[in-house]
Amino acid sequence: MSDIAEPTPMGIAQATAGHRDIHQTPEAIARRQRRYRSEARFKYYGIAGIAAAISMLIVLLVSIASESFSAFTQTFVTIDVNIDQATVDPNESGDPAVIGRASFQTLANNTLYALFPDVSDRRDRRALRALLSPGVEFELRRRVMDDPSLVGQTISITVEMSDDFDQLHKGLIDRTLPEAQRRINDLQLSWYDQLVSEGLIETQFNWRFFSGANSRYPELAGIWAALVGSLLTMAVTLGLAFPIGVAAAVYLEEFAPKNWFTDMIEVNINNLAAVPSIVFGLLGLAVFIQFFGMPNSSPLVGGMVIALMTLPTIIIASRAALKAVPPSIREAALGVGASKIQVVSHHVLPLAMPGILTGTIIGMAQALGETAPLLMVGMVIFITSIPSGFTDPSTVLPVQIFSWAGNPERGFVALTSAAIMVLLTFLIVMNALAIYLRKKFERRW
Amino acid sequence: MSAGILFALILLVAFSGYFIGRGRSLSVAGGAMADLHSLPSYYGLYIALWVGVPGIFLILVWLFLEPIIIEAMVLSSIPGYETMTEPDRQLALATVRNLAGGIGIREDTSADLLAAASRYTGLNSTSAWMMFAVGMALAAGTLAVTYRHIATEMRARNRVEAIIRFLLVLCSVIAILTTVGIVLSLLFESLRFFARVPPQEFLFGFQWSPQIALRADQAGASGAFGMIPLFAGTLLIGAIAMLVAVPIGLTAAIYLADYAPARVRAIVKPVMEILAGIPTVVYGFFAILTVAPVVRDFGVMLGIDASANSALAAGVVMGVMIVPFVSSLSDDVINAVPQAMRDGSYGLGATKSETIRLVILPAAIPGIVGAVLLAVSRAIGETMIVVMAAGLAANLTVNPFDAVTTVTVQIATLLVGDQEFDSPKTLSVFALGLVLFAVTLCLNVIALRVVRKYREKYE
Repeated sequence: MSDIAEPTPMGIAQATAGHRDIHQTPEAIARRQRRYRSEARFKYYGIAGIAAAISMLIVLLVSIASESFSAFTQTFVTIDVNIDQATVDPNESGDPAVIGRASFQTLANNTLYALFPDVSDRRDRRALRALLSPGVEFELRRRVMDDPSLVGQTISITVEMSDDFDQLHKGLIDRTLPEAQRRINDLQLSWYDQLVSEGLIETQFNWRFFSGANSRYPELAGIWAALVGSLLTMAVTLGLAFPIGVAAAVYLEEFAPKNWFTDMIEVNINNLAAVPSIVFGLLGLAVFIQFFGMPNSSPLVGGMVIALMTLPTIIIASRAALKAVPPSIREAALGVGASKIQVVSHHVLPLAMPGILTGTIIGMAQALGETAPLLMVGMVIFITSIPSGFTDPSTVLPVQIFSWAGNPERGFVALTSAAIMVLLTFLIVMNALAIYLRKKFERRW
Repeated sequence: MSAGILFALILLVAFSGYFIGRGRSLSVAGGAMADLHSLPSYYGLYIALWVGVPGIFLILVWLFLEPIIIEAMVLSSIPGYETMTEPDRQLALATVRNLAGGIGIREDTSADLLAAASRYTGLNSTSAWMMFAVGMALAAGTLAVTYRHIATEMRARNRVEAIIRFLLVLCSVIAILTTVGIVLSLLFESLRFFARVPPQEFLFGFQWSPQIALRADQAGASGAFGMIPLFAGTLLIGAIAMLVAVPIGLTAAIYLADYAPARVRAIVKPVMEILAGIPTVVYGFFAILTVAPVVRDFGVMLGIDASANSALAAGVVMGVMIVPFVSSLSDDVINAVPQAMRDGSYGLGATKSETIRLVILPAAIPGIVGAVLLAVSRAIGETMIVVMAAGLAANLTVNPFDAVTTVTVQIATLLVGDQEFDSPKTLSVFALGLVLFAVTLCLNVIALRVVRKYREKYE
């Protein structure tokens, strides 16, 4: 056996030839194959787990996105309304107070009756009035108040159709269903078809969704008030949580002596990070609102509650960033005579800042989506005005999503989904910014 | 908005104080810069901090105490105050506040209340002016005093650093204050609740129907506050969530840690993290929009009448939310198992899956248990998904197709809207919050301890 010095599988096989190779018996082969099969199976479990998680994510995003599209357009109808002197300003006073009190709904109704003169039955007339959104009244009043000379004239206005007809025009209501199962009866369908054939109905981009406040009518509701509320709340949160969080992290990482007091602070921070968010809401309600009498449903209280929640996130991220700065930097600065505060403020903190900012942005993204504690401090509130300060009653985007999700109208399902898409867009932008910051300023020492 | 103006003014004084202090230090040095103990900017900061910090504290303290003191003063001025009950006092205060705001003034409004309202308005404006005056006097005073302190031998840098250190400590203490605030507010309100409903009835009762009847003779007038059904519902939904999250999270973590090529890992890990970044209100909407109808159809297929708010829908969605939590924690734990243990196993001829099942998982099990416990505490404390997708009625059942309610649902629904703090219905929320806080705290402490112990073993 000359090749024994270089044992190849072949060589071993030859060497053991004659003996019975325990690895080549049918049992051994079967056993080995079973082990390989179980190996492959195990790997597929892992792939299946990941596939399950990712497919749930995709289903979630797709189902909400597909519901949201219809909220970005709105069906409008163009009608010629006679601003009847007798209805609006019977005494021809020209007084804005009189005009402001006039029933513009009557004008809109009369227009509809004129368009469909053969509708006389009271029930049918009510069904006819349901074509237009209640917003027509506000629109007419606004137009006439802006320009009182319109009184007595006939103006052409383009107004929102009510939610049901909006859904019908978007093809979301099945007209082949029996009449009793539809929200729109056959008569209403025929009126709608007539309006379509006359070319009076059109679809426009739904600007009101972005510029409007909340409303009981889905065709009139928008997210601007909630966005402003979110902005104010986040401003309070950032203004409190960032300086306090960074200061706490600097103290714990750079100055704190190792004693029971520091330990207690650390234990507290770790526990606060895991306290359910709704408990923070209870804290805000009992302490800020009940005890200190701060205004209910205000961005100030909401922001303070969220700041307390976000604080542990920012402290933990900032400490990690401070820890990543190598001790040689500190030693060099101390060596040339800097004081400890100077070491931190001139050298360590600037070097850790990208990491701190990344952590803060991620913390703020979590805070932006937070809902439960804000319910507790009364931010689930129906307001139709845009909040103008930190103490005004207001709502925030996630809470707006929550309250819309409870509405049964079909239009609100689309609005909820669209609001979710807006919220997710903000979160994606913030997280992308955090990733960009990390990539750009990441430094390996 | 005098507080805002005062705040801005104090900041302005502090800002100018910086330049005054800087200039003063230069002039006392008189050109001999080396005589100064600190850099000129520290003398400026010394003044700025002494002006700004006490001023801002003054505003905060004032704003916190102002309503309490003014309301007490107004109340005591109303005749018959001594004989009023607490709700009456609150009512009178609310009326006074409205009257002061010009709301609800009628011909029959009592003269006493009107007098109180004008007193309220008067006190408010007095307080605003007093705050302004005291604030400005404080700013001017500290400015003058600190200005006179400035001398070449004064150790400005050390003093500034002492102030900064004090502020840093103060910021760190806020974490403790928050915990104390949570515990005290929950305890205080819970004790008021337990004065009305005995604790044993709350902790071990099987009936939960907190609606207090308006009339005393109505059926179930007292309400029932037994939290067992709530806790059972929480556990049922939590168990369903863990049944979804643990297998998916754990297999995903194992694959990512030991099988996935680096490129797959670099893509899949962040994608799974997206699940953790989605707000819970979105998950709640997803549950009612997509998952609940599927569960309902599934129930029909099995011949079970599934509720629209089934525990299954809420639990599954909550499980999906928790998956990244389980997977990233387990991933860390699995990666922490020393490579030597793997190498030893491979050296004996074990396949990868055998190594994982027989070597790595047994070694990692304490850490994984810790991760699962943390996930359970997450599931118990989760609110929005269950508020939107689970039921309101407290049913004691283990059927996942039934509607159950949870502790967090009750907290969120009982308190939203009305905020009268004297009925057991409202106060019960704080008792529930206390239980929730205690349970999650225990889970977290145990989990963290398990994880830490395990880490120490291999480090």
